[in-house]
Amino acid sequence: MSGRLKIELGRRYRFSASHRLHSETLNEEENRRVYGKCNNPHGHGHNYVVEVRVSGNVDPATGMIANLADLDAFVEREVIEAFDHKLLNEEVAAFRKNVPTTENLCKEIYQRLKHFPKANLERVRVEETSNNAFEYAGEEL
Amino acid sequence: MVYLTRKLEFSASHRYHNPAFSAEENQRIFGKCNNPHGHGHNYTLEVTVVGEPDPSTGMVLDLKELKEILEQEITQRMDHRFLNYEVEELNGQIPTCENIARVIWNLLEPKINKGRLHKVRLYETPDLFADCYRNGAPHA
Repeated sequence: MSGRLKIELGRRYRFSASHRLHSETLNEEENRRVYGKCNNPHGHGHNYVVEVRVSGNVDPATGMIANLADLDAFVEREVIEAFDHKLLNEEVAAFRKNVPTTENLCKEIYQRLKHFPKANLERVRVEETSNNAFEYAGEEL
Repeated sequence: MVYLTRKLEFSASHRYHNPAFSAEENQRIFGKCNNPHGHGHNYTLEVTVVGEPDPSTGMVLDLKELKEILEQEITQRMDHRFLNYEVEELNGQIPTCENIARVIWNLLEPKINKGRLHKVRLYETPDLFADCYRNGAPHA
């Protein structure tokens, strides 16, 4: 079997936030038809789970791709602090223009984490509820 | 091609400590994981095998056979063990999730002869895991 052995580290994080799905490109009736309850005017919330996967060489001295303390601090700063207990539409600049669907949320989180200096970001998975999950791995996916 | 995944759990203890580092460095790099007497986890292992189902049995690999391989190679070797001292394949390595996943891959790959090993995922806790696979393999 060819191909080098590759190892990824996966870590799951949580935050809670509210959002409203409403597109400026659609009229009121279309918004209600497309988004249903998610278009209710005052928004609603979810407990989100973010799964982050990174790859890289396992340092023989530590046995690690990246020190978890570094990864945790980076995700905390770039994502959790920015999103937790916020109204995404109003309090996260990217969602003033883009509808905060979990597809867009997944891409936004990927953009924020791709500069992690200690390992390569492979993929971001966001679970909006335990029944809905979205993954983004950059444009090659 | 069909991917089949078998799960198993084992419980083991470990400690992160590199004798080449000073006591302070070990503490700074590994934190609580450096506590001298070690600590334990309930590990969950997911083993994914890929292949074409045999037309006569409808199976890629008989699950009973896979279960037996996992029992021999993983459970007997690692369950209720102190990984640093009792698993020879981890000798000289820090028993992180990354390293244990690689050791598991290396133990299982030669034993799986129907279909082939596609991925090993090892959860140390529900929020921390490592994946091991051959580069270039499509992975989900």
